[in-house]
Amino acid sequence: MTVAAVAPHHAARRRAADRVMTGLTAASTLIALVPLASVLIYVVVQGAGAVNWDFFTQLPKPVGETGGGMANAITGSLTLIGLASCVGVPIGVLGGLYLAELGNGPLGWWIRFTTDVLNGVPSIVIGVFVYTLMVVPMKRFSALAGGVALGIIMVPLVMRTTEELVRLVPASLREAALALGIPWWITAMRVVLRTAVVGILTAVMLSIARIGGETAPLLFTAFNNQYWQTRLDQPIASLTVQLYNYAIAPYDDWHRQAWAAALVLMSITLALNITARLVGGRRPGAGS
Amino acid sequence: MLRSLNVGGRGGAVIPPAALVRRHRAWTDTAFRVVLTAMALLVVVVVVWMLVQLVAAAMPAIKRFGAAFLWTRRWDPVHDVFGSLTFAYGTVASSLLALLLAVPVSLGAAVYLVEIAPPAVSTALSFVIELLASIPSVILGLWGIFVMAPWLRRVVEPALASVFGWLPLFSGPTYGIGLLAGGVILAIMLLPIVSSVSREVIRAVPQSQREAAYALGATRWEMIRRAVLPYGRTGLIGAVILGLGRALGETMAVTMVIGNRPQISASLFQPAYTIAAALANEFSEATTDIYISALIELAAVLFVISLLVNAVARWLVWRVGAAPRGAL
Repeated sequence: MTVAAVAPHHAARRRAADRVMTGLTAASTLIALVPLASVLIYVVVQGAGAVNWDFFTQLPKPVGETGGGMANAITGSLTLIGLASCVGVPIGVLGGLYLAELGNGPLGWWIRFTTDVLNGVPSIVIGVFVYTLMVVPMKRFSALAGGVALGIIMVPLVMRTTEELVRLVPASLREAALALGIPWWITAMRVVLRTAVVGILTAVMLSIARIGGETAPLLFTAFNNQYWQTRLDQPIASLTVQLYNYAIAPYDDWHRQAWAAALVLMSITLALNITARLVGGRRPGAGS
Repeated sequence: MLRSLNVGGRGGAVIPPAALVRRHRAWTDTAFRVVLTAMALLVVVVVVWMLVQLVAAAMPAIKRFGAAFLWTRRWDPVHDVFGSLTFAYGTVASSLLALLLAVPVSLGAAVYLVEIAPPAVSTALSFVIELLASIPSVILGLWGIFVMAPWLRRVVEPALASVFGWLPLFSGPTYGIGLLAGGVILAIMLLPIVSSVSREVIRAVPQSQREAAYALGATRWEMIRRAVLPYGRTGLIGAVILGLGRALGETMAVTMVIGNRPQISASLFQPAYTIAAALANEFSEATTDIYISALIELAAVLFVISLLVNAVARWLVWRVGAAPRGAL
């Protein structure tokens, strides 16, 4: 910093610049809030006019018939989230435990780095990967493939948050357990993880909110389905893919349903995020 | 005497005495260590596997079109001629446009929230802006089609055309849907990410920097500009590159508003096409093997670019935070 820059010349001009820049930064903050407000208002207003009981209980109607709902897409999304959690939660939690407990060497550094990089891989690329991995050999789109794609997206989110939370567990707790002669692995699972469990559940909740809103990786893994699905090796509907198909279709009644789906999806996502914030005191969209 | 142990705070983890038996330790600890390491290594395996699998599946296209794939403009499924240039252009152009719009706003907001706003306002607004990050992309796309695009067509694009119409950039008919719409929707998606990482970087600047600037008589803005921003420069660049990485791969919202026409046009009002959008639209409809292979090559290109961009961004952000968060 040069002295001249802060020398007491042009005091008035400097104060004016200070006020102008303060104003501009405040304006930036407002500008950042405008799109959020607009999206919220439109989704609530349009969605409230479109959502009804049928939306939650009926199957989609064929083109040309009005009405119907997205019941199968709702159960489909829940199924996919369940499958994804089977992949994402154990790997994420145990991997995170590794990073916190054992990951201080170079291997830990590389794993941490790769995890962050995986977090940045576009979700559509993960979809293509799972397509070549599962859809091509199985010769059909399936709920399983969709679940695996979402699970891969979930892993880095859960893993890095678990690491952070496990590191917050006081060393004295761990030392107390070890000093009592309790084996390390029991200490890790039942003392360390147990202490961090509320935070980890919060992280899982946030990652579910995130994958529940994913569309791109499902387009050619889970695909879509207009009917109830009963088997995991068959294509399955999801709220997001259905929303996408309806949004880009040229029918007004489908647009109405798309807004309804948006309202349902957004309510769930925001509720999960806000709850996570209240429970765990963590930021929404964590892991980014 | 030692029936069970109550270790830990809330709830208390009750450990049965059997668990305390010493002989468990030797092999179970080793086994547990192996399991944890395997789980963590799985992430590395998946990333490497992804690269190998994508390149292998793209091989037919790589062999047939060679490096020319990267600079060929023609994308013609009917005659099985595939080049990625128009998609690469759309991806890069929409991402740069998004950065141009989002970075100043995000930085301004980050500076305001850390340095200027009262703590209560800062906490509340930070939270609200980050809620924007949690809105699914497909919902933003829906809003983009029915709210933003008509607004661009009726208000923004005519205004731009009337003032800057002499520039090729703002010439031609206005559709609403097009490259500009893609850039704007991406900018909206980048805002929360770039501003939250910037906030962390600015917050990490030592208080002594600020105090030194004030002690020399700086105004608040001079303190921010000369003591805070230069100190956090590396991390702020990292935040921007992180945003770029996100923009390059973002699919749904862009696909829904960019127009999906493989062309390179000087005008921002014209439709364009991105790599991610091409994958979303054409993958499940691709008929021939070479067509699918060409699409997978697109995915591989996107994957490699995102790996590089993210690696650079992480490195820059980490350098500022010294160690990864929570490493103490």
